[in-house]
Amino acid sequence: MEKKNTAVVTVVGVDTCGIIARVSDVLWKHDANILDISQTVLSGMFNMIMIVDISMTRFAHLEDAMAALGSELGLQIRVQRSEIFDAMHRI
Amino acid sequence: MINTSEILQTVRMISEEKLDVRTITMGISLYECAHPDKKELYTRIYDRITRQAAHLVRTGEDLEREFGIPIVNKRISVTPASLVAAACGDPVVVARAMDAAAKETGVNYIGGYTALVQKGMTPSDRALIASLPEALSTTERVCSSVNVASTRAGIDMDAVRLCGQAVKDIAEATKEQDAAGCMKLVVFANAVEDNPFMAGAFHGPGEGDCCINVGISGPGVVKHALETEAKGQPFDVVAETIKKTAFKITRVGQLIAKEASQRLGVPFGIVDLSLAPTPAMGDSVAHILEEMGLEACGCHGTTAALALLNDAVKKGGVMASSHVGGLSGAFIPVSEDIGMINAARSGALSLEKLEAMTCVCSVGLDMIAVPGDTPASTIAAIIADEAAIGMVNSKTTAVRIIPAPGKTIGDEVEFGGLFGRAPIMRVSPYSAEQFIARGGRIPAPLQSLKN
Repeated sequence: MEKKNTAVVTVVGVDTCGIIARVSDVLWKHDANILDISQTVLSGMFNMIMIVDISMTRFAHLEDAMAALGSELGLQIRVQRSEIFDAMHRI
Repeated sequence: MINTSEILQTVRMISEEKLDVRTITMGISLYECAHPDKKELYTRIYDRITRQAAHLVRTGEDLEREFGIPIVNKRISVTPASLVAAACGDPVVVARAMDAAAKETGVNYIGGYTALVQKGMTPSDRALIASLPEALSTTERVCSSVNVASTRAGIDMDAVRLCGQAVKDIAEATKEQDAAGCMKLVVFANAVEDNPFMAGAFHGPGEGDCCINVGISGPGVVKHALETEAKGQPFDVVAETIKKTAFKITRVGQLIAKEASQRLGVPFGIVDLSLAPTPAMGDSVAHILEEMGLEACGCHGTTAALALLNDAVKKGGVMASSHVGGLSGAFIPVSEDIGMINAARSGALSLEKLEAMTCVCSVGLDMIAVPGDTPASTIAAIIADEAAIGMVNSKTTAVRIIPAPGKTIGDEVEFGGLFGRAPIMRVSPYSAEQFIARGGRIPAPLQSLKN
């Protein structure tokens, strides 16, 4: 499997104003470039998946910052290297 | 590009269905440490392990964080201690060095206080078996195993007798902790050399200098897949669903194993395709069997259900990893599986049924509590029965049994954490004393003559 430098950010929780802005802000501060976004709100529940380029990012710092933002906004935010999704769903 | 539903499925498996990597186990050869002097032996072992595994725990934690999947245990297995201690003559020195090195490296268990005696015992093997009560009651993290039988060699009934007595003596030595020392001893038939799971892990004599073995888990994921994709469907669909799920789980194990081996600069050994339960709700192998339509694990039909599960896990997993090994199958530890605990508590699951289940699962009678007054000869006879199943069926079997001091039928033993709790199970009141007293060897079966 080729080595990629992308991560998947998943955000789930009660919808409020400015979630995308806040998450994007953290990504920007950690030099993570957004490659793809998909986002929906279903019955008041906010769901977002972002694919981000983390070539310039220190993973641990980004993860800490997202965890802090998650607890501040009451959202579940996960940052995972994309290889785990490729491994599971692609041969 | 991975699509949304695939991403959400992976996230759900981890967050709701308790998918995790159960263990990253570093196997370390201790051959180079052998020395007749006790102090020198201790120092060599301690230095070797702490140097080799210095970054094991931190690397495991990094991988957890980056891939967003829990890696529950980071562990070490070493060359069987009876081999390393043979020149010195005192195996307990090895146990103390292992324990100290485990604490220094931060691993929660270290396996390999082991003797391989399927065909006979060296003085060092005998010393190790005799030292088990002391070694397991005075160390914290050391795990032990004794291989008493194999398909090629038959059953060493002298070793079986000694192990039955050792289990009793360990229970006595650790009676203040409800015989917790017994949880750290596995008596095997056809033990494998690359098993990453405790308490039976050791770095076999045929292994290389050092390697990384990974044990996967995921009973909750399999159960959820059966609930959503195979409800009321024929067994063909059940088997296919388990295979597909096992494939996905194993790919994660393979990814973690490859990454860990690369980062630690140590060769990748194997991925062990085992479904390892925990006492947490939603992480039970028994509940998978019940999902197939059984009222309670242990009722008639359980052996067939387990056979299907065990086989489908292997078939799905084997394509997902470049090297599969270890025990690979479904574990059925009683105290570590909430479905098993409930089945044993309600009487649906008996020791006899468990024995039948061990013919088709990956290991054997695991984490079973029996009355404290069970004679050593009865425990030895239970070990002999399991060894016979392993020997004749060319599979690994094992016994990890806890004769809980002062406890009897109706009582429960609480081990805590991943070890869970176990209702005391009934053993036959009839004696095998004279059978066990015979000693000698049960010859290898016809199946051993394969050449």
